[in-house]
Parts: sequence; structure tokens; C-alpha cells
Amino acid sequence: MQVLMMLVSLIVLINVVAGFVRVVRGPTAADRMLAALLFGTGGVAVLLLLSEAMAVPALKDVALVFVVLATVVSVAFVRLAGAPVAETTKEKP
Amino acid sequence: MITTVSAAVSSMLCVAGALFFVAGTIGLLRFPDVYTRLHALTKADNLGLGLIALGVAIQSPSWMVGLKVVLIWILALVASATACNLIANAALHGRIRPWQTGER
Repeated sequence: MQVLMMLVSLIVLINVVAGFVRVVRGPTAADRMLAALLFGTGGVAVLLLLSEAMAVPALKDVALVFVVLATVVSVAFVRLAGAPVAETTKEKP
Repeated sequence: MITTVSAAVSSMLCVAGALFFVAGTIGLLRFPDVYTRLHALTKADNLGLGLIALGVAIQSPSWMVGLKVVLIWILALVASATACNLIANAALHGRIRPWQTGER
């Protein structure tokens, strides 16, 4: 059971790392913001799995903080960074 | 007996959750514009998170801990729905044009 949970958390972690491709390619600030959303969801999943696999119950509280912080980040992005502006250069397929 | 059944159900839920995460990431990388990517990310990933949270909640030692894990998922659902709406609105106001059929 522990091994399976470790494997699943590794898969989710690979997904989170793959989100960096979207950060690099953009093309707008809103697209880069989506990667931050993915980091929030994926981070919570990894923390929940690790807290069960390694028997560290405190990691569940860390996951709770992650959820709250991910929301604050997106609200701050919309309110403080201003509206994301469309770029004129077309994204490469 | 009950331990074996709950372990099996929990493993199946976790694997299914990981599959939904993979689907969400593929959507984030392959979809054409910010709105479709939001769609892939906020739905598929939160379903994956919910399945993984259920799998962890089944394995947790007491029902209080399991309830906390499920509550984390519900909070994540509310949070991501709010974030999705905010980002899509900001993108519309920033004049990011939605993708039309047939474009590349």
C-alpha cells in the first residue's frame, strides 16, 4: 500500500513538473497562472498521499494551507497584476 | 478481510485519481487557448484530487482524520471554481480572444 501511494504521488509530481512547460511557452500571463493552479492541486494530492504513506499526519494540515494559499495567489493575480493582455505573437503549435 | 477490501478500494481510487491528473496535464499542454486549458485543469484535476482524497480517507486511522481529508477536497473544489471564474474573467477583460473551430 505504501509503495503504491509513493508511486501515485510520483506520477502526480511528474504532472506538476510537466506544468512548467506551459510556464515556459505561455503565451499570456493567464496561461502561466494556470500552471500555478496545477501546482496547488497537484501539491495537495502529493501531500495527502505522502502523509498516509509515511505516516506523518501533520502533512494533512500542510495540504490545507496549500489549498488556501493557491486561492489567495489567483485572487492576487487578478486584483494586483491587472488583466492579462493578449500578445500579438502567435503561439507555436 | 475488511482491511484487504479497503486497501484494494483505496488503491483503485488512487490509481484512478492519478489517471485524471495525467488527463488534466495533457489538456493543459495540448489545448489551444486559455479558456479550454482552464476547463481541462479545473475539472479533471479536481476530480483526480477527489479520488485520491477518498483513497487516503479510506486508509486513515480514525473517521475524524478521514473527514478532514474530505473537507480539504471540498475546500479545494470551492477554491478552484472561484479561481477559474476570476482568471477567465480577467482573460476576457484583457481581450484574449477565445479559440474558434478550425483555427490552429
